Amino acid sequence: MKKTTVILGLALGMAVMGGPAAHAAGKVEPAINIDFSFEGPFGTFDRAQLQRGFQVYKEVCAACHSMNYVPYRALGDEDGPGFTEDEVKAIAAQYEVQDGPDSSGEMFMRPARPSDKFVAPFPNKEAATAANGAYPPDLSLITKARAGFHGTIKQFFEGIGGPEYVYSVLTGYQEPPADAGEGPAGASYNPYFTNGPWIAMAPPLMEGLVEYADGTPATEDQMARDVAAFLAWAAEPTMVERKETGLRVMLFLIILAGLLYASYKKMWKGIAH
Amino acid sequence: MSGHGSNYVPQNKVAAWVDSRLPIFSLMNDQLNAFPTPKNLNYWYTFGGILTFMLVVQIITGVVLVMHYTPHVDYAFASIEHIMRDVNSGWLLRYIHMNGASMFFVAVYIHIFRGLYYGSYKEPREVLWILGVVILLLMMATAFMGYVLPWGQMSFWGATVITNLFSAIPLVGESVVTWLWGGFNVDNPTLNRFFSLHYLLPFAIAGVVVLHIWALHVPGNNNPLGIDVKDPKQDAVPFHPYYTVKDAFALVVFVIVFAFFVFYMPNYMGHPDNYVEANPLVTPAHIVPEWYFLPFYAILRAVPDKLGGVLLMFGAIAVLFIVPWLDTSKVRSATFRPIYKQFFWLLVIDCIVLGYVGSRPAEGVWIIIGRIATAYYFLHFLVIMPLVGLMETPRPRPKSIAEAVLAKAKSKGEGGAAAQPAE
Repeated sequence: MKKTTVILGLALGMAVMGGPAAHAAGKVEPAINIDFSFEGPFGTFDRAQLQRGFQVYKEVCAACHSMNYVPYRALGDEDGPGFTEDEVKAIAAQYEVQDGPDSSGEMFMRPARPSDKFVAPFPNKEAATAANGAYPPDLSLITKARAGFHGTIKQFFEGIGGPEYVYSVLTGYQEPPADAGEGPAGASYNPYFTNGPWIAMAPPLMEGLVEYADGTPATEDQMARDVAAFLAWAAEPTMVERKETGLRVMLFLIILAGLLYASYKKMWKGIAH
Repeated sequence: MSGHGSNYVPQNKVAAWVDSRLPIFSLMNDQLNAFPTPKNLNYWYTFGGILTFMLVVQIITGVVLVMHYTPHVDYAFASIEHIMRDVNSGWLLRYIHMNGASMFFVAVYIHIFRGLYYGSYKEPREVLWILGVVILLLMMATAFMGYVLPWGQMSFWGATVITNLFSAIPLVGESVVTWLWGGFNVDNPTLNRFFSLHYLLPFAIAGVVVLHIWALHVPGNNNPLGIDVKDPKQDAVPFHPYYTVKDAFALVVFVIVFAFFVFYMPNYMGHPDNYVEANPLVTPAHIVPEWYFLPFYAILRAVPDKLGGVLLMFGAIAVLFIVPWLDTSKVRSATFRPIYKQFFWLLVIDCIVLGYVGSRPAEGVWIIIGRIATAYYFLHFLVIMPLVGLMETPRPRPKSIAEAVLAKAKSKGEGGAAAQPAE
């Protein structure tokens, strides 16, 4: 049954992925290890970078990828992108959401409010798949759902490499090597793609695709870093609060352990054990 | 246990009035305060207290999480994200609960191996040991069903693979699986019943824990020397304050490790695929269980026959029930068993190897290593344990705990009770 489940699943997987999974046997390259500001026990998000990353998501990725779990109001997070209240309202107001029913029982469209979740580019999974040939995954949790680094030891020191995975896929498009064979129609060669090496997404970034308000040159590398950082924040918006709480908890526990050890030593003094 | 024959005298009239009708204060005093505990327990003996703490942590965080969770296939995954993003400190509750499950298993495995090393399952503690194995089984069932609740990809496919094991039962297997699922696939009825049982079983565990402690307090603690307490005045100390302070220190050190994972690598012990919502149409490339099930998963996959694999996997736990009778040695502690001690460490290595094999795809060399390690696991319990007990010559044991600890203190140059009185 297990074997049949796997085979059945793989077959269905191929159908759903629109082909690329057929080459799942190809070796996946580990992600390129780049440094992010939010790494380590004291790392925090870089507000300017998250704002740039949001711009890349909004102007490029959002054409196909939803972020169903993130509300517009989160864009105002102090630890996150930190847009002002007015900016958040203005961003939300650019989108339309269905609401209702109103007093006459009709559904109606209204501008989105900060409390609404990011408006998805397609009404449902099926529509997204039909329009793109493969389902463009929701990006709310993508940096926690994809590992760029593998192995128990490697992940202990480097993390799972989720943001690095995003960066690597975005910048990792290559000419297929001679022995790669023919990919499925319309697919591109990308050795970092987890179901690779053929990916249904066409190379999404090119130099100057967005114009950053802060004047940062919009190179492909810069955009990939920024959007990877933005997606890391979106997947774990409480990260800064978590690390700050952690520091206080750790200090408390270490002092408590010291006091208890002293009490233990004093209590047992003179008792052979 | 009942307080009959207790020397405890309640401090005030109200307590005395209650205690003469329901001797709860005598019970608490005799079992938690004055309980004579061997002097020589080392840090490996602190895990019982740590496990009790972990059970309480899991129940409290679990009860609060349920206030925000929705057990429905369409909303479960989203409700977890709601907890992570919108509920005040929801991320903390969930990460404690998630990592708490792993830390619970870390502690229980150490606790079990400690019992195996010091022969804590031997007469007169057989029932204590068996109750422990029952707790392990309940924990495994609870953890497995808990992992299904977030309704991620690994939740769904783990549930599919494990429930499908029951289809190996001859004749009625398929019907049993349909009955377990409440349908023809892992679906909403499955999620609902797993949720119900995941909430119920921890309280069953708590009940068996009470029995486990009761069964412990009849013969009293075993100890690293494996010899009985002869004179409680010489060999033992009251549980409080001596072991409350030692257990508290060990517990806080354990919690530091726990907190490290919660605050700094909360998803390290999980699987990325579980942040992808369950999709019955897409199978993950490798379906792997949580790390604490990996050795059993390796045993399951060691034989090509499905029924055989299932029997071996359950057999790996079933064999623990009869350990008290498989070990033929009269000596409890491995400290005095030079041969058994070596086989004990081989078993530890074997279980780690099994765990690693369980995390690898079942192909190539991993199949062969998995088979050897599985065979050795059963060989240890069914052949080595009985034979070593019969053939080994144990080293001489000290006459009493007091004698041993005084000799140890002297050799270390520290004062014993007589040599260096307390200040």
